[in-house]
Amino acid sequence: MTTPNSPRPSDPVTIVDVRDPADAPPSPPGDPVRVETRVVELHARLLDANDRQAELNRERFARLGIRALNFVSAPGAGKTTLLGRTLDTLAADVRCAVLVGDLETDHDARRLRRADVPVVQITTGGTCHLDATMVARGLDALDLDGVHLLFIENVGNLVCPASFDLGENRRVTLLSCAEGEDKPLKYPPLFTSAHAVLLNKIDVAAALGFDRGEAVANIHRAAPQAEVFELSARTGEGCDAWLRYLRAML
Amino acid sequence: VRVHELVLAESALKLALSAAGAARVFRIGLRVGTLSGVDPEALRFALTCVTHGTAAEEAAIDIETVAAVGRCASCVREFALEADAFLQCPACGRPFAELRGGRELELSRVEFSACHDDSELSPSK
Repeated sequence: MTTPNSPRPSDPVTIVDVRDPADAPPSPPGDPVRVETRVVELHARLLDANDRQAELNRERFARLGIRALNFVSAPGAGKTTLLGRTLDTLAADVRCAVLVGDLETDHDARRLRRADVPVVQITTGGTCHLDATMVARGLDALDLDGVHLLFIENVGNLVCPASFDLGENRRVTLLSCAEGEDKPLKYPPLFTSAHAVLLNKIDVAAALGFDRGEAVANIHRAAPQAEVFELSARTGEGCDAWLRYLRAML
Repeated sequence: VRVHELVLAESALKLALSAAGAARVFRIGLRVGTLSGVDPEALRFALTCVTHGTAAEEAAIDIETVAAVGRCASCVREFALEADAFLQCPACGRPFAELRGGRELELSRVEFSACHDDSELSPSK
């Protein structure tokens, strides 16, 4: 047995450091900085800012007694022709207003000008879709006095506008018989989010060898929630049901 | 042409930088649903563009794709929406009642370096 006073190697050693701290050798650069990884897990929605503005737009529509429709489709599906025909029939007894989104030019806005129908063009300058803030600015420029139906013609694009809520009450997706029957399956987002899907240009379907039955079946598969209308905005065929749908919104 | 992925990338960057404070961001995690209308690779490319010159310049970008999930109206079953059984219940063939997933577009994770300058501590302890 060792004597009580004999130190063992494991005993702590008392150190009195009398060095001047200023004499300590400098640490290599970067050494005193301890880098620590921080991880933040979150569910921050990328569209939060847009969705909040969309909600404000929706409240504004409700306050003013306006029902708003957001028309989306690929370029050339017939949104402007459809809106023109709709205004020609409806604007006589329902006050309507139009917001038109386009990359460039005001061709569509000029095509849609009617007596007593305020029309404002939103030139996106290359942006492929309308967002809720652009719509809010468009609304500021529009005479909304007494308006009951607001038609928002989105930028022609079958992909991008799907993500952006504008605050509309109804989203209307157009598909034309000049496109493929399988478009609803190839570009589902704009169909899964639609309240109504319009199959346009049925007057030329036969000439183009377009299978309407197959197209409508695909629309129902991609958009079982949507009301489906088959029509020709150019000839007016099938437009009565569409106009009844609009009047039923009032 | 400004694609919508660019707008979303700007939004993701803003959220990531604010989560990280002034620190350097070295990893950004995103969740993108297959029915969100967003192309993950376009979003990744857009992020590498918008992060340039920011504290997230060198951040790795992880994009988790979230499969679309439907819930059947008839048999109340949840199922993944596959291209060949699109938006129909694989069990009973009826259309789904509800989209339960697939529209996600979110920033899910930010990793950043929290630097502590230890030089004010005395080396003598």
